[in-house]
This record gives sequence, C-alpha cells and structure tokens, in this order.
Amino acid sequence: MKTGMRLSWRAGLGFAVGAAVLFAVAPVALSDFRLSLLAKYLCLAMVAVGIGLAWGRGGLLTLGQGVFFGLGGYAMAMHMKLADAGPGEMPDFMQLYGQLDALPWWWRPFANPAFALPATVLLPMLVAFLLGSLVFRRRVRGAYFAILSQALAAAMAILLIGQQGTTGGTNGLTDFQGFFGYDLDDPVNQRMVYFIVAGVLLLLLALCRQLMQSRYGELLVAVRDSEERVRFLGYDPANVKLVAYVTAAGMAGLAGALFVPAVGIINPALIGIVPSIEFVIGVAVGGRASLLGPVLGAVAVAWARTTLSEEFPAAWTYLQGLLFVLVVAFLPGGLASVARLVRRRRRPPPDPAPVSPAPVLTQEVTA
Amino acid sequence: MLDFRGRWKAALLPLAAVVALSACGSKTGENESSTGAVADTSGDTVKVGLLNSLSGTMAISEVTVRDSIRLAVDEINAAGGVLGKKIEPISEDGASDWPTFAEKAEKLIREDKVAAVFGCWTSASRKAVKPVFEENKALLFYPVQYEGLEQSPYIFYTGATTNQQIVPGLDYLKAQGKTSVYLVGSDYVFPRTANKIIKAYAQANGMTVLGEDYAPLGSTEFGTIVNKVKASKASAVFNTLNGDSNVAFFKEYKSAGLTAASMPVVSVSIAEEEVKSIGTQYLDGQLTAWNYYQTTPGAANEKFVKAYKAKYGQDKPTSDPMEAAYVSVYLWKAMVEKAQSFDVAAVRSASDGVTFEAPEGLVTIDGATQHIYKTARIGKVGSDGLITEVWNSGQPVKPDPYLKGYPWATGLS
Repeated sequence: MKTGMRLSWRAGLGFAVGAAVLFAVAPVALSDFRLSLLAKYLCLAMVAVGIGLAWGRGGLLTLGQGVFFGLGGYAMAMHMKLADAGPGEMPDFMQLYGQLDALPWWWRPFANPAFALPATVLLPMLVAFLLGSLVFRRRVRGAYFAILSQALAAAMAILLIGQQGTTGGTNGLTDFQGFFGYDLDDPVNQRMVYFIVAGVLLLLLALCRQLMQSRYGELLVAVRDSEERVRFLGYDPANVKLVAYVTAAGMAGLAGALFVPAVGIINPALIGIVPSIEFVIGVAVGGRASLLGPVLGAVAVAWARTTLSEEFPAAWTYLQGLLFVLVVAFLPGGLASVARLVRRRRRPPPDPAPVSPAPVLTQEVTA
Repeated sequence: MLDFRGRWKAALLPLAAVVALSACGSKTGENESSTGAVADTSGDTVKVGLLNSLSGTMAISEVTVRDSIRLAVDEINAAGGVLGKKIEPISEDGASDWPTFAEKAEKLIREDKVAAVFGCWTSASRKAVKPVFEENKALLFYPVQYEGLEQSPYIFYTGATTNQQIVPGLDYLKAQGKTSVYLVGSDYVFPRTANKIIKAYAQANGMTVLGEDYAPLGSTEFGTIVNKVKASKASAVFNTLNGDSNVAFFKEYKSAGLTAASMPVVSVSIAEEEVKSIGTQYLDGQLTAWNYYQTTPGAANEKFVKAYKAKYGQDKPTSDPMEAAYVSVYLWKAMVEKAQSFDVAAVRSASDGVTFEAPEGLVTIDGATQHIYKTARIGKVGSDGLITEVWNSGQPVKPDPYLKGYPWATGLS
C-alpha cells in the first residue's frame, strides 16, 4: 500500500512538472520557430511512448511504426487537402499529376472530419489488429516479427511513391492552408497546434502509465519475460501482445495526424525503413522499459539531430550510430537507468528490488 | 489505482487551456495580418541562405551546387558586394530529406533572417519548402531543371522548365527521324511528370511510345528493363533516371549490345559530374539535353570554368545545375540593385527584364513566370568525358512552365 501511494504521488508531481515545462516554460523561453520544432519532437515522442509499451514492456521489437505514423498522417493530410480545396474540388496536386476526372472513391470519406479524425487513430489500429492477429497467433516472434514489421514499412513507402496521381508520390502531401478552418500561417494558430500536441502527449503518457500499472501491464511484462509460463497459467499471450501492438499503433497514428499540422508535410520518406528505425533508436537511447525514457530519448535524439546538423552537417549520422552502439553496449536500460545506476553505486545494495531494465512493479493495492 | 481518476482530470486541464487559447487565431480566408519574415539588412553585411543536401544520397550532386554558389558569393564580395554590403552565406544541410529541407528553410528565414535562399535540387524538396517561402514571403532561387507546372510568386526558377529542355530534346529526336521511343525513369515526380508530357508530345507528333518503366530511386537492377527496351526495337530511349541508377543502367545497356548508334539514349539528368562517375566508356556518343555544357563557347564561360577549377581543383567539371546556381546569385544581385532594396516585394517587382551575361549566354528574367529565358542545347558525350553541343535553339527560349503555347499539351495541367 505504502509503495503504491508513494509511486502515485511521485507520478502526479512528475506529471505536473511536465505540464508546467510544456505549457508555461517552453512557450516563453522558445522563439516561434523553436517552439514549432518542439511540437515536431513531441509528435515523435508520442510514437516513442507506444514503442516503449510494445517493445520495452511487451518485447515486440517493431521496426515498422512508420506505417502507422504514415496512416494517421496521410488520413489527416487528406482531410486537410480536401478542406483546402473546398467542397467538390480536387486537391491541387491531383490536378497536376493525376489524370483523373473525379476524386478517387477512397479519398471521398476523408472530406468529412467526423470520419477523418477517428480514422487517424482507428485505421492504424485496424491494420495493426489484422497483422497482429495473424502474426501472434502463429507465434511469430523475435527477429522474424521485427523483419516482418520492417518489410511492411518498406512496402507502404513503395506503394505511396508508385501512386503519384492519388498520393502525391515522393512529394507526399504538403502545402496546407488551414487546420479545421484556422489559418496555419498565423503564428497564434501555430502555437495552438503546439499546445494541442503537448496536451495529447501528456494524455498518452497518462494512458500508458495506467496500462503499465494495471494487471494487464504485469501480464505484458510476464509475456515478454516468459511467454510459455504465461500460456501455462491459462492466458493467451497472443491477445496480450495484440493489445500492446494495437495501442502502440494507435499512438503512432495520432502522432502522425498531429505531425501534419505541426510540420506541414507528410511523405513516404517519413514512414519508410529509416524513420521507423530512428523511432526505435530514440526509444533505446532513452530507456525502453520506463515510462518517460522513450519520450526523453525521442526528444533528445531529434533535438540533437537539429542542433548538431546545424553545426556539423555531415557528421550527424555517424554520431547517431555511435550513440546507439554505446547505449546498447554500456547502458542497456537507456538514459532513464542512469539515475538508478548512480543511486545503486552510492547506496550499497540492501535493497533486493530488481534492477533489470524493466522493473516488474508489484501490483498496486487498491482500496 | 485509486487516485488515478483524479490524474485523468488533471490531464484534461491542459486540453481545456488549449480550447481557451484557440479562440485567438485567425481563420482561413481572413485578411492576412502577417507581413512575413523581414530580412535583417541593418548591418554592413547581408545574409543569404544556402540550402543543399550535404549528406545523404543527393549530397554528391548538391555539394557541387553549393560550391558554385559560394564561388559567385566570393566573386561578388571581392567586387564590393551588393548595394555596398558584403554577402554573408549561411549554409544548411537538407540531408536529402524533404521535411528537413522545410525545417532548415524556416530556420534560415526566421532565425537567421536571410534576404534570399539559394538551393534545393529534387522536386520533392522544392515542393516541401514552397509553402514555407510563401508563408514567410521570402525568396528562393531554385537552380535545377524540373518538370514545370509550377509558378510560385516566391520562387525564381533559374534551371530549365520542360519547354527549354525536354521538348527541344524530343524535337531533336524527331528531326533525326526517330519515330519511336522507350521511356525509362526513376520512380518519383520529375520522371513521371516528364513522361506524361513526352507521351502527349509523341501522340501529337506521330511518335510511338513503346514502353514506360520506372525503377525505385537508387535501384541498380536493370536487367529486366534493358531486355524490354531491347525487345521493343525502339528507335531511341528517353532517360529520366537519377543518380546511381544511371551507372547500372548504362552498364547493362552496353552489355546487352545496345549502342548510341543502334539506339541512342537521350538523358536529362546526366551532366559532366555524372559522366565522370558512370564511366565514359558506357556513355560514349549518347545524347543529353541541357542549357549549358562545360564546353559552351564564350568569354563568360571561360572565366567561370577557370575560376571554379582554381577554387575547387583542376579535375572538377562544371555542369548545368552548377551554372544555373552560379547565375542565380548574380541575377539576385542585379535585381536588388535595380530595386535599390533588399525588400522581397521590391526585388520581385524589379525582376522583369533583368539580364545577366551568363556562362550559358545571355539570360533574361521573365517577370510573369519568374523563370528565365534559356538557350536549349543538345549535347553528345565524348570519349574525354566532356559533352559537346550538336544542336542549339539559336536563341534563348521563352519559359513556358505550363506549356500554354503548345496545343498538344492542353489537358496536362
């Protein structure tokens, strides 16, 4: 009971500090341009929260989160393109590249925000559900699952590039005027987009913490650590993994949907193999099994990418690779485990609590 | 779990704040209040942005463009600068990644407050930065030939549009009595759009298109495509492949027994730099369509080639996009001097009719389209790796990005 209460109190404090930093400090301390960059990083952090759940807690090394990010992003972008074009009109790029007389049927429903908005989350979740049901039931795991998810990312990027007339090809979808009627050129509205992104990230973190603390969260960790034992206990590991995978996909979809108004572009280069792996790198650097590790890792890697590439344009890729190798080799728990390591050094171990990358939390006592 | 419900309510607070804040922004269609980013020209220097991929797949091409922009900047600074101010170039890396281009463009405009930006290569990168320049009312000079069908008020296009490169290339093939073509290209916007135009041209000019194949960017597997080309017995090939793919394509082409004499290939993305990396033995006698070659005669070109080699090395060739980038800096300088101001609106309205004695010959800005008049040139790759001109349009061709002057092109845009 005591530990449970203490944990919650600390989580509440952390949540409040996070909210204060995102909503009070950042908007004052950063210029409009840097704030819009932060909005972009926070979108990437949302994907990271999902990967933290699926990979850190569930052991599902998903190298294809770009697919779900892209589905959400394209769904939102299609809606914004249609809203810009006006009712009954075709988006500008389609008139240029596609030899079409009318809007393709699969574009049509996205004109309606009541369809497009839920679709940004539900579409990725549906795809994840279909793929996950097939894969997990057949007990595909480990490297085979990783390769499969990565192949999906490659396939989706190639498909989008090939369908230039209806998807914008390599250009992707860009040049948006408004976001639900609000002019995106206006700095005030750009700030609003940032606040929405920050608010949604906090919500997702709360949701993820809820999941991790629940009985389901423990089951997920159990499946990661010993799938067969969980099966003998009478649970179906496939379902447990499916929930984590589908949740992560939904988070990635939401991140993609918010990325579009925040950054103003979605294209195949953002959803292929390389960006999908970069998501995972951020999570690994931050600490995949903790709640905040993936967020901090994703933001830190993206931020470092921007600043370092402004200073040393060509060297960034090597630095990123080096960072990943160092973290994997010397700090498997990521940056989030540094504090714990330091504490352990200072205080010799009377504490038998597990110090593995993912501490199995004892079930909270509820009243 | 008990106190988690309360946390949920706490999480809703920021959202409520968002809703409250959202009331302040302007709606689409309302009068635009923003005047865009204002360039900072108060000091005794004027900043310009150089936006090129210095890493990634495009770096090999884009670094040469960056180098020639730097050459122009150095020359102008040595001659006293622009309106008495020295140019201070700020270089950013687009990393061959289109959203990065947009991010860096925004950084150059808003943080560095540059007066103009020079760069971009691929159409995808241009499309990604276009809204950034339009939103901030800032200027981009784009130095690469492209697929046309675009005319942004905040972009000056100093490379060729389709009627200055692809259409003359087709005219040349037609004059040579070629009646059928096979289209090979990389899978992205430029080749797909170019091929759309080529098909419309062919239909109106009694040419047949015997096939159309795309390879993913960076692909090196051309066995199937070359076999199809060979089997089609087309009288010529129109090649819109980009980058490394050309190496594999031409090697395969040669080993299939196809030559420039039996089935010539017209390429629109192979310049001197690429000839070097593909290997002259594979390209000997093949055709290219551009507006400038290192061998183009004239004092301005001799000076440009000499200055470039002196600065970057004797073995470095000069190419069409490099020349167009070099020219763009001088055109910007001429426009600023005509306007007597760095202000974007003033520079734009001064643009029409501004000329420059460029290495490719006299170029003139067409204020209506913000493209430039350029001479079309068909060249043949020689065994020394240089390209020599076999035909030119005689005079600079008026830019026509939407091909409005070509009846067969109606319905393309």
